[in-house]
Amino acid sequence: MRVNLTVNGRPQQADDVWEGESLLYVLRERLGLPGSKNACEQGECGSCTVLLDGVPVCSCLVAAGQAEGREVVTVEGLADHAGRRAGGTGARTGEGAGLAPIQQAFIDAGAVQCGFCTPGLLVAADEMLERNPDPTDEDIREALSGNLCRCTGYEKIMDAVRLAAARQSEGGRA
Amino acid sequence: MDFLRPAGWEEALAAKAEHPTAVPIAGGTDVMVEINFGHRRPEYLLDLTRIPELHEWETGEDGVRLGASVPYTKIMENLRAELPGLALASHTVASPQIRNRGGVGGNLGTASPAGDAHPALLAAGAEVEAESVRGSRLIPIDAFYTGVKRNALQPDELIRAVHVRKADGPQQFSKVGTRNAMVIAVCAFGLALHPDTRTVRTGIGSAAPTPIRARAAEEFLNAALEEGGSWDSGKAVTPSVAQRFAELCSAACAPIDDVRGTADYRRHAVGVMARRTLTWTWESYRDTSKGAS
Repeated sequence: MRVNLTVNGRPQQADDVWEGESLLYVLRERLGLPGSKNACEQGECGSCTVLLDGVPVCSCLVAAGQAEGREVVTVEGLADHAGRRAGGTGARTGEGAGLAPIQQAFIDAGAVQCGFCTPGLLVAADEMLERNPDPTDEDIREALSGNLCRCTGYEKIMDAVRLAAARQSEGGRA
Repeated sequence: MDFLRPAGWEEALAAKAEHPTAVPIAGGTDVMVEINFGHRRPEYLLDLTRIPELHEWETGEDGVRLGASVPYTKIMENLRAELPGLALASHTVASPQIRNRGGVGGNLGTASPAGDAHPALLAAGAEVEAESVRGSRLIPIDAFYTGVKRNALQPDELIRAVHVRKADGPQQFSKVGTRNAMVIAVCAFGLALHPDTRTVRTGIGSAAPTPIRARAAEEFLNAALEEGGSWDSGKAVTPSVAQRFAELCSAACAPIDDVRGTADYRRHAVGVMARRTLTWTWESYRDTSKGAS
């Protein structure tokens, strides 16, 4: 079957999609967007997290046909997504150009080890910061509780999200 | 495989009537796992995500008509006052990503003994609204679970909503697992106090072939509270009553040994959760009734 959807602001079309195929497979194998990672295929690990109509979901558990006509944001579109949210003023220049604030914070805090869980964590963390600009540690842990990191890098990941939140509130005040 | 994409409820019922083997898919958190792992190759997938009314709820005088696909996140955010037990149970479902997709209709459709919503629905009192082209019927929750992953639905029926009685007293939900998130219950327990009828109701998950109520325990506690005039006096439940209630809840279980825990452990843990949730709910009832007098 054919599936039409908007991915990272662009209309996309995937052909010859098998009816039992996941949105994750369509993104990675048919649309050339391998940022969302394929690991557990059962919603346990969160490495395939994308926004579906603005809501974080495991794309491995969304049937491709269910994404027909919907809007998807993947890690590849996160910088644009965060930039649009900040009214176009969120784009940074220099080394961090083209990165969402949460991506820059992950780099600055050393929150990336092997990197496999990173895309899912970035999408989940960015959505939390959109909803909850001043999160407590509990809020962060809860928002990221569906994302597993097997390098055990959680402390650095916590640091990164706190850093992004602090920068976001500084930016908001300036 | 065919992907059926009805745009409305009537169309969905017609599709299910025409293709009774069609597997309904909403949040996909059960169905897609089975497809991804090759455990299931349905002839037809019936996508229910385009039917707006399944994502809506209505609060009436006595209860909430909860659309089958209202995601757990919305239940937590919007129905904590009306359905406290179910809201607590919803919060223990998997992770934010899963709670954004999954809903009670899927839990009921799958009818796994480990489904988190079941103990809360059993304790609160609920009816499942099932519909087909032949008509609509309400199935009492006690009659809904018929076996391991089996329910009372006919092949042409879909779950439209679940009608849950509004809380008239404190409710609690407790679940045992190895960590907070992403846990399939080792066992779970729901308790609701119903001061209006001076009854208590229970729900046990993952400790029998189906979700069950601990009826003997309910009857014992109802009698003990009535005899002691406790609903009026609001006096504390004695340790011996709590202990007997816990024992009867344990005795109601018919668990198995599996990778998540042993039968003995499940029986023990259900007793512990029964005692604790009784204390929590009763203390909360005493606080409210003190405040009212």
